[in-house]
Amino acid sequence: MARTFSIRRQRGFTTIAMICFFALYLPIAVLVFYSFNAGDSLASFDGISLRWFAGAFENQQVIDASLRSLQIAAVAAVIATIAATMAALATTRTEAYRGLTLKYAFINQPLMIPEIVTAVALLIFFARIKIWTGYSGLGYLIAAHTAFCIPFAYLPIRARLENMDLTLEKAAADLYATPWKAFRYVTLPLLWPGILAGFMLAFVISLDDVVITEFVKSAGQDTLPTYMLGQIRRTITPEMNAISTLFLFLSICVVTVFFIVNRKRV
Amino acid sequence: MSEAAGTIEAEKSRDIRKRWLLSLPALLIILVAASGPLLIVLVYSFLTPGPYGDVQWLPSLEGWINVVLEKDIFDGTFSLADAHVSIFVRSVMLSLVTTVLTLLVGFPTAYFIATRPEKTRELWLLLITIPFWTNLLIRTFAILEVIRNEGLINGLLLKFGLIARPIQMLFTDGAILTGMVYVYLPLMVLPLYASMEKLDFRLVEAGYDLYATPFKVLRKIIIPLVKPGIIAGSILVFIPALGAYVTPSILGGGKNLMLGNLIELQFGQGRNWPLGSALSITLMLIVMVALLAYVRNAGSQGSRHG
Repeated sequence: MARTFSIRRQRGFTTIAMICFFALYLPIAVLVFYSFNAGDSLASFDGISLRWFAGAFENQQVIDASLRSLQIAAVAAVIATIAATMAALATTRTEAYRGLTLKYAFINQPLMIPEIVTAVALLIFFARIKIWTGYSGLGYLIAAHTAFCIPFAYLPIRARLENMDLTLEKAAADLYATPWKAFRYVTLPLLWPGILAGFMLAFVISLDDVVITEFVKSAGQDTLPTYMLGQIRRTITPEMNAISTLFLFLSICVVTVFFIVNRKRV
Repeated sequence: MSEAAGTIEAEKSRDIRKRWLLSLPALLIILVAASGPLLIVLVYSFLTPGPYGDVQWLPSLEGWINVVLEKDIFDGTFSLADAHVSIFVRSVMLSLVTTVLTLLVGFPTAYFIATRPEKTRELWLLLITIPFWTNLLIRTFAILEVIRNEGLINGLLLKFGLIARPIQMLFTDGAILTGMVYVYLPLMVLPLYASMEKLDFRLVEAGYDLYATPFKVLRKIIIPLVKPGIIAGSILVFIPALGAYVTPSILGGGKNLMLGNLIELQFGQGRNWPLGSALSITLMLIVMVALLAYVRNAGSQGSRHG
C-alpha cells in the first residue's frame, strides 16, 4: 500500500512518541505487576497472590498514615477551594485595578518557589511557633497544604469565570435579586464545574506532597507519602508495591473524573 | 453630571474594596504559610548557628561565606568549598541535561498528539496527564524498581546470562538523570502540546509548496511557531529539577547529592541552619533569574505578534 503524503508527517516522530508512551508506562506496569508477587522479594516472580495487599491492610502504620493523608487533604482542599473561589471572583471580570497584578503574583507564588525552599522556611517558622504556643497538632500540616493548594484550585476556577460574562448576573439584578441571591442561583451553579475541578486538583496535590510534609511534620505525623519515603530508604518489600498500586489507582480515578468534568464544560 | 461621575467613582471604589475583602483569605493563608516565612529564611541566613541546630541571635556573614568558601580550621584561611561548588555545578548540569532530554523526547511526542484526529487526541493527552498527576514519589519508586541491582533490567540480563553480576546503575548521576527525565517529562509535553495545538498547518503546506524538505519545514516553520511552548516547557522542567529533593535522594543515594539534599543536610545532621538558609535563598535567586528571563522572553514574543 502506498503511503499518502501528509504535510503533518515528520519522519521518526511517531516512533519516538510510541517509545515515549511505552517508557512512561513500563515502570508503572512493573511496579503494579510485582505487587501481586507471591514471593518475598522483587528478584523473582513466584506466582500471583494478594498477600502483600492483605499485609498492607493489616499494617497499622499504613492505615494511620493513609487516614492522616486523607484527613489533611480533605480539610486543606476544602479551605483552599473556598479561598480560591473567593479570590477568583475578586480577580476576574473587572478592569485592571491597583493591586490586581500583586494579587496574581501572590496567589501564584507557591508555584514559583522551589518546594524545598518553602519547606525549609516553614520548618523554621513553625519550629518557633511550636515553642511559643506548645501546640504541635496537625494544624501546621493543614495550613502548609492549604497554602500550596490555593494556586492549583484557583487555576480552573479562574479559567471558568473568565469564560462567563456578567450578563446573567445583571439580568438577575434587574429582576430584583439581591447580590447574594444572584450569586447563589446564577453564578454558583455556572461556576460549579470549575470549583469541582479546583477541589480535585487541590486534593490530589495535597495527597501527593512529600517535601513540605517531610519538613513540617512532627514526630508520629507521617502521611502516606512520607511513610513510603522512609520505607523506600530502608528495606523494600512488595508491600511497598501494593501500597503504591492502591495509591496509583486512587490518583487515576480522580484524574479521570477531573478529565471528564473538564471536557463536559466545553 | 459631576454628581453622576461621583456616584460611578464611589461605586467603583466600593467594588474594589469588596474585591480586596474577597481575596483576603487566600492572600492571608499564602502570606502566613508560604510567602512570609521566606523572609525569616533571609534573616536566619545572617545569624550564627546554634550548637544543636536552630540559631543564636548573633549577626554573622558566615552562612553566606560558607555557600562557596570554607574556612580552614587550623590557620583560618578561606578556600573554595569544593564540595558545595561541585554540588552546585552538578545540580545545574543535571537540570540542564534533563531539560534538553525531555525536550528531545517531548517535542516529537507533543507533535504526535497534536496531529492526531480530534477524537483520539484526547485519549493520547489523557495518557500524558495520568503520569503528570500521579505521585512523584511512586514514579521515582517505579524507576528504582527497574534499575535496582535486583530490579527488572539486571534481573532480565542475569536470567539470559548476558551478565555475571548485576550492573550498578542505582546511586549514580545517570540514575538521577533517568529518574528526573521520567518524572518531569509530562511537564514538557503539556505546554508543548498547548502551543502545537494552535499550529496553523496552512503555513506548513505553504512551506511544502515552496519545495521545502520536511526537515526544513520543521526547522524554519514549526519550531519558530511553537517557540513559546518550548520555552514554557523548559522553564517548567528546569525549575523543579534544580530544586529536586525526592528523586536524587532515592536514586542518588547518600553520595550523589543535589542542591535540595544539600539544603536538607544543613537542617538535619549538618546543624547549620544559617548555611542552609543561605543555600535556600541562593536556589531561589537562581530560579528567579530563570523566571525573569522567561517573562521577558514571553513579553517580547507577545508584543511582536500583537
